[in-house]
Amino acid sequence: MIPRPKPEKFRLRRTMMFMNAQKPGLIKDAYVYGADSIMLDLEDAVAENQKDAARFSLYHALKTVDYGDTEVIVRINGLDTPHWREDVRVAVAGGADGIRIAKTESADDVKTVDAAVTEAEREFGAEEGRTLLMAAIESPKGVLNAYEICTASPRLFGIALSGGDYRKCMQVKPVPGGIEMLAARGQMLIAARAAGVQCFDTVFTDLDDEAGFRAEMQQNKDMGFDGKSLINPRQIRIVHEMLAPTQQEIAAADAIVAAYRENAAKGIGVFTINGKMIDIAFVPGAERVIALAKASGIYEGEL
Amino acid sequence: MELKTTGIAGTLESSDVMVTLEPASSGISLNLESTVINQYGRQIKETVLATLARLGVKNAAVTVNDHGALDCTITARVECAYYRGCQCDADGPYPWGGEIA
Repeated sequence: MIPRPKPEKFRLRRTMMFMNAQKPGLIKDAYVYGADSIMLDLEDAVAENQKDAARFSLYHALKTVDYGDTEVIVRINGLDTPHWREDVRVAVAGGADGIRIAKTESADDVKTVDAAVTEAEREFGAEEGRTLLMAAIESPKGVLNAYEICTASPRLFGIALSGGDYRKCMQVKPVPGGIEMLAARGQMLIAARAAGVQCFDTVFTDLDDEAGFRAEMQQNKDMGFDGKSLINPRQIRIVHEMLAPTQQEIAAADAIVAAYRENAAKGIGVFTINGKMIDIAFVPGAERVIALAKASGIYEGEL
Repeated sequence: MELKTTGIAGTLESSDVMVTLEPASSGISLNLESTVINQYGRQIKETVLATLARLGVKNAAVTVNDHGALDCTITARVECAYYRGCQCDADGPYPWGGEIA
């Protein structure tokens, strides 16, 4: 078995790629594509009569494949199905880093899964609280309740918009520019930031439309999303490139962090760099830029 | 638990293996077909038999049709076929980390 380190609640999650847990050809080398997270899917990708087979396949993949630094999330079936409890058991028994809750509509949904995860952690002797949660929001009700969902559990690291079902509920289809999703994206981002958790945008399904994908990704970046759900490895590199900071941004971040450390050691909390006031409020943003630069392989500083 | 009926799991896709377990009365018989039988035939057979032993299966007619599955996939398919043949509830609970290891 491959022991995995304790999952980090707040790590870089630019790209979260779906993988059908039932397909051995996919899950065995899922990590080679370089996504920050993979989401092994027990839900929509798995036919109703193969839910059991997908769990066996998932369990042994988790136990034998070395996913390295790639985060491993399991997407469980909806709480309105008979499948989700066993999905939680197998994900925890296999030592997955986290669980993605489908069709989340309320804080109670998160709490229900949280309780089942705690029970499974006790049953399988895992450290209590180890397994993280994320909530997929797929309905108008879920969007309206985004803040209570974000604050429902200390395990919860973020929320993800799921566009297919949401568009169906809203009686709209994908539109260039994304006006049909603007309200949902905005509301979810505000809720996530207010709660101090991460926010992820929905998948882009037209694999032949790279320009459309780039346009949506640019909008994601401008709006402040942490990352995006993906369905194809080809999309990973594009997202990583587009989210990578510029050398100018990196240099500025470097200067802030270095100067802050130097001044803090001397007991100074506020100071200026090139005439701009800097205090502790600038440090997390600068650290995020440096982390992104490192993950993008373009960092040449000394921090 | 004993096989009550024929249990089948897996597909004929590349990297997968289809496993069929049928109830039998005198020991385990294994019929193996594989696209990589010359290189891995013995290892596949060992994996199948070890998994059956762990599950406590003493009597079964086993058919394995392999298309280059990894050991972890072979194990998963044998287990799934077994629990299906025992007519267990598809949604468990299953003994993860116990009989399934």
